[in-house]
Amino acid sequence: MELHNLTVSELSKLLAKGEVSSVEVTTAIIDRIEAVENRVQAYVTRTAEKALEQAKAIDEARAKGEELGPLAGVPMALKDNICTEGIRTTCSSRILADWVPPYDATVVRNLKDAGSVMLGKLNMDEFAMGSSNENSSFFPTHNPWDYDRVPGGSSGGAVAAVAAGEAFYSLGSDTGGSIRQPASFCGVVGMKPTYGRVSRYGLIAFASSLDQIGPITKDVTDCALVQKAIAGHDAHDSTSADLPVPDYQEALKAEIKGLKIGIPKEYFAEGMEPEVEESVRKAIAKFEELGAICEETSLPHTEYALPAYYLVATAEASSNLARYDGVSYGLRVPGKDIVEMYMNTRSEGFGPEVKRRIMLGTYALSSGYYDAYYLKALKVRTLIRKDFDEAFKRYDVLATPTSPTVAFKLGEKAGDPLAMYLSDLCTIPINMAGLPAISLPCGFSQGLPIGLQLIGKPFDETTLLQAAYAFEQNTDYHRQRPDLGVA
Amino acid sequence: MAITKNEVEHVALLARLKLSSEEMEAYTEQLNAILGYMDKLDTLDTGNVEPTAHVLPLRNVFREDVERPGLAKEKALAGAPEASEGQFKVPRVVG
Repeated sequence: MELHNLTVSELSKLLAKGEVSSVEVTTAIIDRIEAVENRVQAYVTRTAEKALEQAKAIDEARAKGEELGPLAGVPMALKDNICTEGIRTTCSSRILADWVPPYDATVVRNLKDAGSVMLGKLNMDEFAMGSSNENSSFFPTHNPWDYDRVPGGSSGGAVAAVAAGEAFYSLGSDTGGSIRQPASFCGVVGMKPTYGRVSRYGLIAFASSLDQIGPITKDVTDCALVQKAIAGHDAHDSTSADLPVPDYQEALKAEIKGLKIGIPKEYFAEGMEPEVEESVRKAIAKFEELGAICEETSLPHTEYALPAYYLVATAEASSNLARYDGVSYGLRVPGKDIVEMYMNTRSEGFGPEVKRRIMLGTYALSSGYYDAYYLKALKVRTLIRKDFDEAFKRYDVLATPTSPTVAFKLGEKAGDPLAMYLSDLCTIPINMAGLPAISLPCGFSQGLPIGLQLIGKPFDETTLLQAAYAFEQNTDYHRQRPDLGVA
Repeated sequence: MAITKNEVEHVALLARLKLSSEEMEAYTEQLNAILGYMDKLDTLDTGNVEPTAHVLPLRNVFREDVERPGLAKEKALAGAPEASEGQFKVPRVVG
């Protein structure tokens, strides 16, 4: 039995029955990381020693007969923009390369309370700005299905680690598709919960009205388990919603007969790879076979979502990233006076894409352009939301491709920022509207995974997970594992 | 709307970024390409549309005005590039 191929729920059963200990499984995953990491390069920081200590503590608690939840003793890892007390958190940026947070993010505290074993911190596009992981200031992560291809981004390391068996699950963050697009590229399940469902306290801010933390897992059952552990109101995040968190796992088994699924035609746009369209259409046919009612629908403002997003997101980013000034934490590059110190620090600390977005956002907010760009984008955001409101009067769930293409080659889009932005066409509108959405494997094109995106009503992750689970029970794409060329 | 090199220079100063002349050239060209794409938004009439800054129906979130512990000073200063006498240290600001 290859331990690293197990899902969280499978491993959890073995741990509960005492067939394997957390120390054994943690050791096995550390060995797995050793074996594949020189090719995948998912980890920025590894914390093997701490992980083994946590595993030992869980094994001892279990031996004493303490009641433990399904995540207890299960090794996982975190995208490196989620703060961990005492463990450096870099955002894959030179400006935070040596920064050690003085506190844990709320999701980290939740997972610690659940008995998680943390293996380390995962590579990403710098400050979560990118769609390929090539914007990491340290090194690019490679797609486990084809090392010459990108894993997607910005949660590329978080997704590659799960796909390669280097962690049983991970947490990523999603501002415009940063969990779902890489999940699609690497053949795993990734969910962006409703804005406000999961606390953002301790998530290093990119665009505060769009950012959301979510689970990356091998299947939908695991997604439900992890989501349950991290969701809920948090007094430290005043935008977190004070709503009860359902038992997602219990809800999975409901029938989807009669479920109304809308298929927005704008998401099957020009430039989409035919194999992607074919797989997504087949997935829709599978839903019909399972008793769902699928109908074509329209979200007429879809084409405006991407330009509006890049104004809103960069405007918020330029404001959020103003805090990196070399004063209270992070890199400082000296200068002859304080302004020169700011400029030297920021110019050496930020990479090209981060600077580009700060420039764009600063411009959009600057005097004389605010109304034409930023305010205009916020109004368009209203129209995008209204499209979804209308659609959800008629449908329970919407189904689309997650990305118009499979994983592209490293370097293929690196020189053309606009082409890179376009790869997030299908995921961005969901963040603009604050909705929950999940990506799950629905096929392969020349050995590369294809993702299906399901979009839900606000705070109705339950229906999303039910639909995703029903599809998964009747297909086996989620059981495919990449051949990493190691024993 | 085209963005000129002078505007790029001004924006860089606002954002406290020091750009090399190559970066200035590249950003002028790239920002123009990106902003050209943004112009698509002008084709939409948004005269009577309210802006959405935030998707949640939240107003102010209040809590009781009672003291509670914050981050300890040593912890807050632990990541400082330079600290002295329990405070962040920066280059002289006033002459």
